[in-house]
Amino acid sequence: MALDEVQRRLLKEIAGLESLPKGAYNIRANGTAVARETTANIDIVPKQGDEPGIEIHVKPGTKQESVHIPVVLSESGLKETVYNDFYIGEDCDVVVVAGCGIDNCGGRDSQHDGVHRFWIGRNSHVRYVENHYGSGTGAGKRILNPVTELTLAEGATVELEMVQIKGVSSTNRTTKATLAGDAHMVVRERLMTAGEQTACSIYHVVLDGESSSADVVSRGVARDRSYQKLDLGIEGNAACSGHTECDSIIMDEAKILAVPSLAANCVDAQLVHEAAIGKIAGDQLIKLMTLGLTEKEAEEQIISGFLK
Amino acid sequence: MLELQNLSFAVDDESGNKEIVQDVSLVIPDRKFVVITGPNGGGKSTLAKLIAGVLRPTEGRILLDGEDITELSITDRARRGIAFAFQQPVRFKGIQVIDLLRLAAGKRLKVAEACEYLSGVGLCAREYIDREVNDSLSGGELKRIEIATVLARKSRLSVFDEPEAGIDLWSFQNLIQAFERMRREIHDSSIVIISHQERILNIADEIVVLQEGRIKCQGSAEAVMPEIIGTESAIASCGKG
Repeated sequence: MALDEVQRRLLKEIAGLESLPKGAYNIRANGTAVARETTANIDIVPKQGDEPGIEIHVKPGTKQESVHIPVVLSESGLKETVYNDFYIGEDCDVVVVAGCGIDNCGGRDSQHDGVHRFWIGRNSHVRYVENHYGSGTGAGKRILNPVTELTLAEGATVELEMVQIKGVSSTNRTTKATLAGDAHMVVRERLMTAGEQTACSIYHVVLDGESSSADVVSRGVARDRSYQKLDLGIEGNAACSGHTECDSIIMDEAKILAVPSLAANCVDAQLVHEAAIGKIAGDQLIKLMTLGLTEKEAEEQIISGFLK
Repeated sequence: MLELQNLSFAVDDESGNKEIVQDVSLVIPDRKFVVITGPNGGGKSTLAKLIAGVLRPTEGRILLDGEDITELSITDRARRGIAFAFQQPVRFKGIQVIDLLRLAAGKRLKVAEACEYLSGVGLCAREYIDREVNDSLSGGELKRIEIATVLARKSRLSVFDEPEAGIDLWSFQNLIQAFERMRREIHDSSIVIISHQERILNIADEIVVLQEGRIKCQGSAEAVMPEIIGTESAIASCGKG
């Protein structure tokens, strides 16, 4: 795998990879695929037509397999939009590890916009892990605008772990999902912004099928002068249940806007939203200080626990 | 040894300057189990917070093993060996019981070691070790975890602010057993408990009665108990004793 030291470090940050992963993978670095592997059940092919990106085809009945599709950018000024389409057959149980790491030591902005579209077959289960990370000392911004679109067939379930803790200057995250009957979606998002960073995260989940459900929980920490906007929306069109929770710690001179929205278009739709923004409680700091931590150490413990 | 010298704490309220703790002088020797009791509003919790550094006295000095710690921060006092159990334990989203015990011990406790502290307060360790210290825990569970964090600190001086407040009877029984064991295994440390509970008062080496911010009386359990039994300063659990 032709990766330099910076790219290898990014790969470790976003996907925990120190060597090539097991199972299927497609590793993209500075705009080109540098390593690809398929398995008997998971095929990866370049997209046809004008859209750059890949198609991932998972055969029906595929169990206990994984696909890694990390992206690393270390070239300042590189901007790309990539479309990756996932076709997951029926009765599958797979893990998809995505994510993007940008190292920008130059003066020009670097940007990766990954559009991931999923079609998840009946009774399949997908765990999707997306970790975004930025590093580098250059004045150029590190910009990530991921779009995740999911279409779940009857009985399908998806778990999303969306993490962006460090180094991304600007992000506009959009996640859209449509769920058929008995389909379930669980989202756990963790966001931290610092300095002048901005992060907007939008969820629009449509519960179309009877007994479908969604549980969308976003936890965020905004420090320094950073800005976060969290727009968590669920639309219930059948006898379904939906819950959104936006829980944020605000620090320093940061600003946070939480815009939860629920739309019930069926009398049997049960939808709940919770939103809370507040600074770290003084008694939490005091408790940890009585254990021997400094105020700064206590603050870090509280934040890392909150974002765990 | 902890020494409080002419300690006072005053706050400004609507009616002017109000002294919550007034000129309190007290010595807590090593290897002693001291219970501070007295009517509600008498300044007991304030005194505990002054010892832990959560509040700063308006007058007087606090000495730990001869060192003046009056101006030291909460952190510095903790590092010198003062542990403090809150009357109302704090909840943390995301921080697990094992995390809190490890922070308290100041080292990466093995799971088996952490479990011992939980068992010590009557909690089934396996069920609790990975639980988050959040709203999913009951008041009694939180209280016992709070006490387990103090046990894990192995401190020179442990201060418990009304450990029995707001807990169920089952938790209370476990709590008493934990304190009885601490009493037996006190070694070179000392323990200060703010409590009204007769069963805790009964195992004290010394009882201090604080009323209206002043020490009303102090002495051995045998000497002080007859004076306070049946009053607000010594309450039997569930009225049965």
